[in-house]
Amino acid sequence: MSAIANRPPGCEPAIEFRNVSYQLNGGQELLNDVSFTVARGETLVLLGRSGAGKTTALKLINRLLEPTEGEVLVDGRSTMAWDPITLRRHIGYVIQEIGLFPHFTVEKNISLVPRLEHWAEDRTRARAKELLEMVGLDAAKFASRYPHELSGGQRQRVGVARALAADPSILLMDEPFGALDPLTRGEVQREFQALERRLKKTVVIVTHHVSESLTLGTRIGLMEAGKLAGIYSPKEFLESTEPVTAAYVAHLRMHEGVEGGE
Amino acid sequence: MSLLEFFLRHQREILQATVEHIWLVGVTMVLSVAIGVPLGVLVTRRPWLSKPILGGANIAETIPSLALFGFLLPVPWLGGRADRLAIAALTLYALLPIIRNTSAGISGVDAAVREAARGMGMTEEQILFQVELPLSLSTVLAGVRVATVLTIGIATIAAAVGAGGLGEFIFRGLAMVNNQLILAGAIPAALLALGADFLLSVLERRLRPAR
Repeated sequence: MSAIANRPPGCEPAIEFRNVSYQLNGGQELLNDVSFTVARGETLVLLGRSGAGKTTALKLINRLLEPTEGEVLVDGRSTMAWDPITLRRHIGYVIQEIGLFPHFTVEKNISLVPRLEHWAEDRTRARAKELLEMVGLDAAKFASRYPHELSGGQRQRVGVARALAADPSILLMDEPFGALDPLTRGEVQREFQALERRLKKTVVIVTHHVSESLTLGTRIGLMEAGKLAGIYSPKEFLESTEPVTAAYVAHLRMHEGVEGGE
Repeated sequence: MSLLEFFLRHQREILQATVEHIWLVGVTMVLSVAIGVPLGVLVTRRPWLSKPILGGANIAETIPSLALFGFLLPVPWLGGRADRLAIAALTLYALLPIIRNTSAGISGVDAAVREAARGMGMTEEQILFQVELPLSLSTVLAGVRVATVLTIGIATIAAAVGAGGLGEFIFRGLAMVNNQLILAGAIPAALLALGADFLLSVLERRLRPAR
């Protein structure tokens, strides 16, 4: 505790997990004593197989779930001390199914959080336009369309734009590119990478794609059965001789860059 | 005397009975939507209430309508006036399709949409009014349509307790073994039901969210 208190204000990590466990009501443990920090501006990828607890960890950050034990700190404050609505509006959130509102136009989808925050009408409109251009969509063409009129890749871009709308300092992404075909995924990944370099947000991405985690992550947190097996830089990850990482690297070598064949 | 002549001769009475009928059905629908939609929402929020609420509405549905009017007769405020009694009984019948469709409509909203809404910091109230209800509007309306058609039919029985409406002709015709009288009640009631069904289904299609 004292080490934390001694940090100068504003320099605390963006996100910190302290001995966090999460159990379902039935007692099944989805997350078991997990601790890590995410520094400001870095992109942490949580990598692991299905059921490893990646999504659970992500949802603990914006308090869609609450820890059974331990605490999650966002900007130095326990999520339980935050008002959940304020916390969530302060954090962008993108999920695999995207969850665009089918009855809203693209523009209305993107400007949801600004409208909830009562931004002025012209500022909201300008922001929506700016965001569309930022994710590479022509605002004049797409603003008034409905989600069902978009392709998968376009929907994904709108999802990212929506998450960035109120300029949150933290962005959470759950399998954000998972539903896209390999070519589109590569494209959207590269765009996102460029965007991320420009915006310098703190990003946490959940994925089961090894190559995606190596491309996008500044660090990779490997999760296994509710525990954090280790945190590596992409280079460390590739060079690691631990059996857990070795299995992933072997898989990657086998598929030689055309990862995502499953 | 042909049926047409009969209708023309009694057009004022028939019109009056039709207006009474529409009034009974109209008030019933306003009440049952005002009660049924919130109950339908409640069922999705508190699943343990689903059995008692839907079960209760189901039981009301199974009571023969004539008997239900009889059961409500001794109830203090309701039994005092025939139209109150009739509207109360009709509302009980209309509730089930509305509650059921409201809860089905809301449960049918894509879980990803709901999760995105929550994750972006919408309050429960905002999720309900800006996302869930708009997206289930056409399903709710389908329930209202079924309930309306049902109510128009059952409302003819309200004449048995003196609440007026098109049932007056039917009961009188039955007593007098006069087919023309029966048809003077039955034909307008059937036309009302068809008209309501048509109008509400047009509205329902218009409100259906795009996929």
